Amino acid sequence: MKLPLTGSQTVGPFYHFALDRPDWADLTRNGAKGEKIRIEGTILDGDGAPCPDAFLEVWQANAAGRYAHPDDRQEDKKLDSRFLGFGRVSPDAKGRYGFTTIRPGAVPGRGNALQAPHIAVNVFARGILKHLVTRIYFPDFAEANEADPVLGAIDDAAHRATLIAKRGKAKKIGGATMPVYRFDVILQGAGETAFFDI
Amino acid sequence: MSARDPIPYRREKPGAQPPNDYPLYKSTIKRHPKRAPVRIAQTLTEVTGPTFTKPWYGKALADLTKMHKGEPLGERIILAGRVLDEDGRPVPGTLVEMWQANAAGRYAHPRDQHDAPLDPNFTGFGQVVTDAKGEWRFVSIKPGHYPWRNTHNAWRAQHLHFSVFGPAFATRIVTQMYFPGDPLLAADPVFNSVPDAKGRDALISRYDADLSEPEWALGFRWDMVLRGRAATPREN
Repeated sequence: MKLPLTGSQTVGPFYHFALDRPDWADLTRNGAKGEKIRIEGTILDGDGAPCPDAFLEVWQANAAGRYAHPDDRQEDKKLDSRFLGFGRVSPDAKGRYGFTTIRPGAVPGRGNALQAPHIAVNVFARGILKHLVTRIYFPDFAEANEADPVLGAIDDAAHRATLIAKRGKAKKIGGATMPVYRFDVILQGAGETAFFDI
Repeated sequence: MSARDPIPYRREKPGAQPPNDYPLYKSTIKRHPKRAPVRIAQTLTEVTGPTFTKPWYGKALADLTKMHKGEPLGERIILAGRVLDEDGRPVPGTLVEMWQANAAGRYAHPRDQHDAPLDPNFTGFGQVVTDAKGEWRFVSIKPGHYPWRNTHNAWRAQHLHFSVFGPAFATRIVTQMYFPGDPLLAADPVFNSVPDAKGRDALISRYDADLSEPEWALGFRWDMVLRGRAATPREN
């Protein structure tokens, strides 16, 4: 038996009162182990206009490189009961978003490959009928990024580079100074973010 | 491929999902990527995703008619269904979020400027986690039709928005549920963006007399179907 898949539909412009969960934009809120980092950026359309009615969901491994999920059977890496690894963040009126998390550890790829530390991202918006899938990588791991099989699937170097966040000026947030990375999501046109078909 | 590789979720067949370049829905014009998405094999990242065994998402909100002092205006409805995978297996323990306009066709959202009344007794947001059989249930009111500026005199078919996670990053879906017999479905570009006719039909709930409660509310049933796992046997 094969049932027809439920088709995706846009979140529309009026999701905020339902889906906005400001606390979900701090993945460290329960006291996660690891290096706290901040990721900030703007979501822009094909005219370079901000998209305040878009939002991101992020999914990542803990500091040790393990996902809080039963299918991750890396027994040699510890789970962190205070870290779920999931976040949702909505931008402000200018399309700017920011979330706080911990730096993810490296996780295995297919075969014997190792993936560079990364954060998986889903992009939802009015005008997006099926959410877009992308990833955030870190400029600090140039060698690991070079060897990453998923980044390696993107032929064009400039297109690939859209997934490497840029290091910004460190910020003091809630008494802690943390590295800031800039990651803009450009939905269309010059500098268009690389998106994946998974 | 190694024995440790995760079993991927099946690729979505062409026609199952709407294209993002769909000019009949005007908002897509400046928001769809021009470059084709880069096809990748699923890794541990894509076959894992948030779990809902602990109530970190807040409490269940299953009855949208009981969130305020009084009862909202409108036709009371019971909505129920299952979250399944393509093979008909239930997806238990996953978060279902739902939001909608009120009976007059207006959202409790500051940017919704439609000249229809707000209802002080209706917000229009609910959330539940599916049970062991993948079942979920909400009590609400039927949302009204509302106009939008997509084209001249355009009106959306009556719909509710649903967000469901499923077991993995790869199964995430946000969608809309429609009602049977709605004359506006034929001209609704969001609904019609799903290429396969079977897929469009699957977005329409069906009236279910058994789900209805006498002297109280009409029942509508609707199942959501997520990607199933490729039937690759696990190597030992």
